[in-house]
Amino acid sequence: MAKVTVDGITVEVPAGSNVLQACEAAGKEIPRFCYHDRLSVAGNCRMCLVEIEKAPPKPISSCSYPVADGMVVHTDSPMVRKARRGVMEFLLINHPLDCPICDQGGECDLQDQAVGYGVDHSRYAENKRAVKDKYLGPLVKTVMTRCIHCTRCIRFAAEIAGVEELGATSRGEGMEVGTYVEKALSSELSGCLIDICPVGALTSKPYAFVARPWELRKTDSVDVLDAVGASIRIDARGPEVLRILPRINDDVNEEWLGDKSRFAIDGLKRRRLDACWVRRDGQLHRATWAEAFDAIATRLDGMRGERIGAIAGNLADAESMLALKDLMATLGSANLDCRQDGSAIDASRRDFYTFNTSIAGIEEADAVLLIGSNPRREAPLINARLRKRWLQTNGALKIGAIGPQADLTYPVQTLGDSPALLTALRDGAQPFAEVLRKAAKPMLIVGQGALLRPDGAAVLAAAWQLAQASGMLGAEWHGFNVLHTAAARVAALDLGFLPGPRGRTFAGMMSGGVDLLWLLGADEFDTGRIGRETFVVYQGHHGDRGAARADVILPGAAYTEKNGTYVNTEGRVQRGFAAVAPPGEARADWTILRAFSERLGRRLPYDGIEALRARMEQLNPVFARLDVSPRFGATDPTGPEAGDIALSDTGFVYAVANYYQTDPISRASPTMTQCTEIYRPTLAVAAE
Amino acid sequence: MAEGSADGASADDMQQPADFVFDAASEAEIAGIIAKYPPGRQMSAVIPVLYVAQQQMARHTASAWVPRAAMDAVARRLSMAPIRVYEVATFYTMFHTRPIGRFHLQVCTTTPCWLRGSDAVTAACRAATGIEGWGETSADGMFTMTEVECLGGCVNAPILQVDDDFYEDMDAARTEALLAALRRGERPDPGSMAGRQGSAPEGGPMTLIGDAAGPAE
Repeated sequence: MAKVTVDGITVEVPAGSNVLQACEAAGKEIPRFCYHDRLSVAGNCRMCLVEIEKAPPKPISSCSYPVADGMVVHTDSPMVRKARRGVMEFLLINHPLDCPICDQGGECDLQDQAVGYGVDHSRYAENKRAVKDKYLGPLVKTVMTRCIHCTRCIRFAAEIAGVEELGATSRGEGMEVGTYVEKALSSELSGCLIDICPVGALTSKPYAFVARPWELRKTDSVDVLDAVGASIRIDARGPEVLRILPRINDDVNEEWLGDKSRFAIDGLKRRRLDACWVRRDGQLHRATWAEAFDAIATRLDGMRGERIGAIAGNLADAESMLALKDLMATLGSANLDCRQDGSAIDASRRDFYTFNTSIAGIEEADAVLLIGSNPRREAPLINARLRKRWLQTNGALKIGAIGPQADLTYPVQTLGDSPALLTALRDGAQPFAEVLRKAAKPMLIVGQGALLRPDGAAVLAAAWQLAQASGMLGAEWHGFNVLHTAAARVAALDLGFLPGPRGRTFAGMMSGGVDLLWLLGADEFDTGRIGRETFVVYQGHHGDRGAARADVILPGAAYTEKNGTYVNTEGRVQRGFAAVAPPGEARADWTILRAFSERLGRRLPYDGIEALRARMEQLNPVFARLDVSPRFGATDPTGPEAGDIALSDTGFVYAVANYYQTDPISRASPTMTQCTEIYRPTLAVAAE
Repeated sequence: MAEGSADGASADDMQQPADFVFDAASEAEIAGIIAKYPPGRQMSAVIPVLYVAQQQMARHTASAWVPRAAMDAVARRLSMAPIRVYEVATFYTMFHTRPIGRFHLQVCTTTPCWLRGSDAVTAACRAATGIEGWGETSADGMFTMTEVECLGGCVNAPILQVDDDFYEDMDAARTEALLAALRRGERPDPGSMAGRQGSAPEGGPMTLIGDAAGPAE
């Protein structure tokens, strides 16, 4: 620790900190452009100048100057103020000052700091430099004349995103930031460039000229477009969600967000179900809630419970799944399933289906094995953590993969794609087994690609045995992880949205296994498998596959329109909040189920969301622990059931082929469609 | 002059060759360069290897420049991201990212050379090559003329640098003669065109002539 005095305030900071961090610790805000907590230090904007006693008698850039014990720093001396004004004047020589037509206006670091250090006139009569705008893909809009060469974007691309594609070419006044050879930035985190750009050089293309930040209503929520459960802020104006930004949450997403989670929101306005529909004579007709409920109730009349089934989709909130489960129970049905992809999950113990190491825990791992998982496509934020860990260890982190070759932005040793490798690794017959055994904190990640196969249960059991044989299951360290792709999955498993005693599984409900099938936003399967005579109720928010097959459509709310509980792949329980109202007749999903139960005369015993949540906590106490890190060691070495089907030789195939379109919202999004068209070739190459 | 704009994509795409392969001579040179750096630090060789690529282009096409394909080849050879090579190649004015003439005339116009008549050298270059402005290439593709800042040869000002060689003590007539010789395919010896030895005074030594005599006792 070093004692540093900043403007008379003495603080203690860890040795190795820089002066800027010491000033922050003392509560002194230091203006900066190039410095960013999570990026390497460049020290090229010169805005963070301070005066340090007994140092060279000149302004010193605080971000690149290490602290020393007994250092005395002045952040507001005449010298500092004069120096910062000079820097600001230089930065503004070529800056266009086009704030009125700039999307960064109102949330621009340059604008804010110019208030403090700018002068009211310019001493420069020369023409400003003009720079041609660059093409960086369908998500990031560039106005390069505004660029102040802080190089944050270059460092982000190279360090965090792991795609070395941005650079500064030419020199002096000719220096330009770009890709040199025109190409769309091949990163799933490219939207973060917009956040880190301190000026309006990189802004959001879909959000261009849409709104000013002070017009927006900001709601903190949780992302559901993958199973990471990133913390987000939903910015809305009137009834419309205009943009989604990440919130800082060091345990989950740090301050990054995947492009799908950020840009798929234009899908929230398209193909929406905003009224009830009932199929009569093969045609869907608009209906009132009463008519729709009547249609279902008539059909249910006299139907035996075992002929009724329900499937929960990937975006469902825990509240509505519990309400549906309870409704099914009152109807006498145990035919429930949340695994519409058919993945083999053993829900008998929680650590069989969660990401036990936790996302932040990846930063302790020293060997990683990916089993049928491509985290770059399934969970870009977890991939970014793996890359971060690889960087932290200076490339010493050994990462092996069982699955097709893929570019994950860090070196991966692909061992092959056969499940037989799991037993070979367990028995030490594969050289990588040695790496796992020697590691102090090894971890493995089982992807959905490994589980949604006929031999999925055997793969899961083999992975557990491998974890056990490689010392991954310690009292302090749990290295067995399942990476989900569906945001609703863990909550559904926690609630037991699974076949009850003698209940039918997903496959059992297909092909006429039930007479009435209730789909709660379930769209990720081939609806042609549903029996021709089965009466299908689709409750959801988008006119996707499920709605196309439905006999009755009940319009539900999307995740931005309802208060809901979601559990991420770690098992972290988080709450999302409604930012806008659902469109038209649509309602929050649990209220629909509650209303329908009343129509049936089997009223569900909760009148408000609090009562429903109390029931949730009663069913499974994990729902009482909000936002906390669920880390724990392995207590029971017994593994999951291996099932009847033995490991096959078929190679693993990754569960997500196209990152950009995985759910009804992103499939309805024009931006995501554009991304798919532009990036699919890259993805196709990566999959080879 | 700004050598090559950062806008690599749009300008003169037509001139960019589709591919670039190091020839045997270049490969031999590269192996020697990379061997100077510790294993894993081969990226440090980027500047000399780019220069090798530029020299190879001069040998094969009579124009010393680094096309994009060559930068990509350098990136592959040194296992680095192409953008990192583009950054280096566009930063240094010694690398040309678009084709230049067979001879690169670099006229120093900084104060000492200017006082000693660099304007006349420039005018002579213009007259002899038909080039009008800085950075242009003559119609016959023989010459590219650029303005450079101080070459550090002020003692023998003005200087005309042709490719890597300094021609010193230039004037209009000497420039004309030099360019005519270059056209004929000759390469006059570099150095002072006034015939002096190094930077010694014109007309031979002026001091330390005669016998060395000690101070009078």
